[in-house]
Amino acid sequence: MRNRVLLLLTVAFAVLITWNLKNILLGLPDEARQDAIFRILYFHAPAAIVGLTGFGVGMVFSGIYLATKNLYWDTLAASTTEVSLMLAAINLVTGSIWGRQQWGVWWAWDARLTSMLVCWLIFAGYMMLRRAVDEPNTRARLCAVVSVFGTVNAWFVYKVIEWIPRLQHPGPVLSFRTGGRIDRQLETPFFWMVLAYLLLAVILIMIRDRQESISREIDSLRRLAHA
Amino acid sequence: MKEELSRKGAELAKKQISFSASSAPLRETVFSFLGQCLTIAQKDLRAEWRTKEALNASLAFSTVILILFSFALDPNPEMMQEFSGGLLWLVFLFAGALVLNRSFAREMQNDCLDALLASPVPPSGLFLGKTLANYALLMTLEFICLAEFGILFNVRWLANVGPLMLVMALGTWGMTVVGTVFSALTVNLRLREVMLPVLVYPMMVPVMMAAMILTTDLLAGTALGPGNMLWVRVLVGFDVIFTLLGVSLIDTVLVG
Repeated sequence: MRNRVLLLLTVAFAVLITWNLKNILLGLPDEARQDAIFRILYFHAPAAIVGLTGFGVGMVFSGIYLATKNLYWDTLAASTTEVSLMLAAINLVTGSIWGRQQWGVWWAWDARLTSMLVCWLIFAGYMMLRRAVDEPNTRARLCAVVSVFGTVNAWFVYKVIEWIPRLQHPGPVLSFRTGGRIDRQLETPFFWMVLAYLLLAVILIMIRDRQESISREIDSLRRLAHA
Repeated sequence: MKEELSRKGAELAKKQISFSASSAPLRETVFSFLGQCLTIAQKDLRAEWRTKEALNASLAFSTVILILFSFALDPNPEMMQEFSGGLLWLVFLFAGALVLNRSFAREMQNDCLDALLASPVPPSGLFLGKTLANYALLMTLEFICLAEFGILFNVRWLANVGPLMLVMALGTWGMTVVGTVFSALTVNLRLREVMLPVLVYPMMVPVMMAAMILTTDLLAGTALGPGNMLWVRVLVGFDVIFTLLGVSLIDTVLVG
């Protein structure tokens, strides 16, 4: 059953991403001021949206773990956070490429850029903590706390950035945030791309979750054998 | 000594009974909780005062960093005006990590942490007590560093001393609260000394950024006003949110 769902999702993702890439790379006209490079937006922003949402979902799973003490939720939280960390990395790298082309520098110390990097570092710390603790229950407990702290911190920084008046990084452009500053023709593929990233994230989380569950099982069998 | 300890234990137990009794009025509960926090803080400060290990080490360390800064940057007045806030908080942060690291690590010898957890003090009281002690230590450290900094780099910090104290008080509280939670979190890890900075420095970025910007402004002679009030709000918001989060999660960190 699980394999079938995974297969179905993968096929859906493959179709969606092919169709999306065709639309974005061949169908859309170049943007007036940025030329062809503006297309990086379709890879850059959805990665951030899905990645940051993933950290939030990871926090919810961690919360459920703390409430139930069922290690299954910890495994799920870890997989979600790991995949979100990868998406945040995609966001940082694509943003950097765009910045080099548009601003002439790979990195500008703008609050939005810096906050994403800090968020990435916090959850990279989470992954390091997972490797540093051997006992599964202690690991799950401590990591859940870091996940809650990290997500609250990321949310706090996100709010602070909205208070800062001038930033180098472009502000929100989507129509539901600004009331239509982006053309519909450019916006529709964006939402499809968010869906594609979401599918990708779910597929990867399912695969990682299974790997983690198996490794947990092997670990407990090993403990049993040594006991 | 033994008698004194058993007497104190009995007092604490009495406090705990009044703490858990549901009929006790709220005021008494709050006071007994605060009393427990202060007992822990007092204990930590007394232990530190007798050995002075964390304070001496962090003071020596901060002086070394201050001297190294003079090689890294040309300490002329214009440069100092631009960088002083950032430099000062970097010193606080690095030296503070030494104090924070010791906070729970000190309790590992002779299983003192287990004894503390078995005592009638609730984990949140233990946490707040330790935070208070760390706060007092860090503030002491910061005052000494500030004086040293003023002398070595010729920075006039007395002009805006009131607002500067406010920023230091708020910034240090945020730093201490987050630092103490993570000190408790990393205390049992093999790589404790490495994991604490890796986890805690990124967490402290919002409070550090706000404190650095405000301190630079104040040392350059700009008063607190509408232009930088945003950062005071950030400091207060960070302090409130993370104090609440720390108090509510410390049970999970220490006990499970």
